[in-house]
Amino acid sequence: MQSGSWRFRARIRLIHVLAVARKDAKIYYLKAPVLIYGILFPICLFFAFAIGRGIPLERLLPGLMGMTLFFTSSSATPVVIPWETRMRTLERLISTPASVPSIILGDILAGFTYGITVSLVPLSVGIFALGARIVDPFIMTVDLALGALCFSALGSLLSSLPTDNPSNVMMLSNLVRLPLIFISGVFIPIERMPGWGKTIALISPLTYASDLARHSLLNEGYYPIPLDIVMILAFGITFIAVGMVLHRRNIPRRLS
Amino acid sequence: MEEVRNAVEVSRLTKRFGDIRAVDGISFQVREGELFGFLGPNGAGKTTTVRLLTGVLRPDAGRINIMGFDISKAPLEAKMLMGIVPEMSNPYIDLSAWDNLMLMGELYGVPKGRRREKAMELLELFDLQDRRDQKTKGFSKGMKQRLILAMALIHEPKLLFLDEPTSGLDVQSARLIRDLIRELNRNGVTVFLTTHNIAEADQMCDRVAIIDRGKIVAIDEPRNLKAAIKSSQSVEVAFDRPVDGSELLRNIEGVSEVRREGDRLRLYADEPGDVASRLVEYAKAHGLRVLSLNTLGPSLEDVFVHLTYAEEGRDAER
Repeated sequence: MQSGSWRFRARIRLIHVLAVARKDAKIYYLKAPVLIYGILFPICLFFAFAIGRGIPLERLLPGLMGMTLFFTSSSATPVVIPWETRMRTLERLISTPASVPSIILGDILAGFTYGITVSLVPLSVGIFALGARIVDPFIMTVDLALGALCFSALGSLLSSLPTDNPSNVMMLSNLVRLPLIFISGVFIPIERMPGWGKTIALISPLTYASDLARHSLLNEGYYPIPLDIVMILAFGITFIAVGMVLHRRNIPRRLS
Repeated sequence: MEEVRNAVEVSRLTKRFGDIRAVDGISFQVREGELFGFLGPNGAGKTTTVRLLTGVLRPDAGRINIMGFDISKAPLEAKMLMGIVPEMSNPYIDLSAWDNLMLMGELYGVPKGRRREKAMELLELFDLQDRRDQKTKGFSKGMKQRLILAMALIHEPKLLFLDEPTSGLDVQSARLIRDLIRELNRNGVTVFLTTHNIAEADQMCDRVAIIDRGKIVAIDEPRNLKAAIKSSQSVEVAFDRPVDGSELLRNIEGVSEVRREGDRLRLYADEPGDVASRLVEYAKAHGLRVLSLNTLGPSLEDVFVHLTYAEEGRDAER
């Protein structure tokens, strides 16, 4: 294959994305504490709000799924670039043939894979222990894939903050992520929210991912399925596009 | 006659950070197969230049050509040909030496079989084979630097950028790295070496560029640069008993300055050969025994100080 051909470029770009994702998996995700935290944190947070409300557990499963997907997919992506700036590995990475978009897509792919993998745990528990049933496996697959992509891209967007201090990014990340779980129909279904609550819920991608999970597990939802899909996609594409622009602008600042 | 091609061509390269011109319209070429030194005081623009040449930063103006590829138009092709050891860089401390090498090989598109073969070879060459599966967290600075150099060589680059590769290393590691750089260069790899170590540049480089405040103030072979500073020629002498330097300055014709360096005296002169003869006569006349007598040309350090401090002096006069 000629080095100048588009096929060569596409192939090598794909290799770069996969190599960065594999590197992230080894360094940031495939560690027992990270995996355990990814499963336990959303479950604990969820039960803290759900217990005592007399709602059958299988009806709570879509919210738990949405929240787990949200927290796990966006858990490490915000700290990867700041951490690599601090550890002085970023310049090495940037100076390789891997472009900034390839590096960012690799980070997003790692978060995406981790999010889907960990989210399968509460889903399996729901199905095998609580008797829940996937009504529409296709919609569940779409929800997992698009949700993980969108939330991982949100994490990557947050990592564009030009700092080498991961705790600064984590603070920003929690400032953005924690309020979202209260306005996205995770704990209170959208239809039971007041008018202002329904309006605010529109600006959260988690709203649509939780709604899609309800469609796939309970065969019910507040918004039509196509709208959920379009909105998650729109949020995901926006996060990726804005993230790329900010990363391109801020990476030279990180190195100076 | 075979035409000498340029591995690096830089034309009117400029980079500003706010109001500061870190790199100010520099132009130069590095020939294929050359070991090219890039010297300058702290903050002169060395690392910024290397970051521009390696595509880490985008220039505000100017052109960079790497082995025929314009780095702003074809960064992928240009970067595939280079190996890079950045100044402030670490391997991934949570990955083993092997995984670090595999990652770099993958990013440079080296096929899996070749990657593994080359990694084994490099681990042996850099004396890291016993540590291949250990996380680099516990590596010494010298071991990390050897690994970084190995990572830069995994794809067998034609052009190697080294930014302060021996800085802060123990003597053994620094020597190993210098020997390897020479060996790579002998095998046809073009080397762009940024260093603070003037003696290192003097011993190793075919040509040297000196950058000061973002501008190239000199570029030539070390011997030509040294020859250009006649005022730094000197005679170094050691007698069997202490002699007052000012006494020599007064009595030996043609000496412009005398400096004491340990148990020796260094006499600066335009004609060091004549001064050496006069010194022997002076010793005879005063009953002194000459223990050693050498005529010295200017060192590259003299050239460096002369060029960079001369600029400072001119600025101060303005």
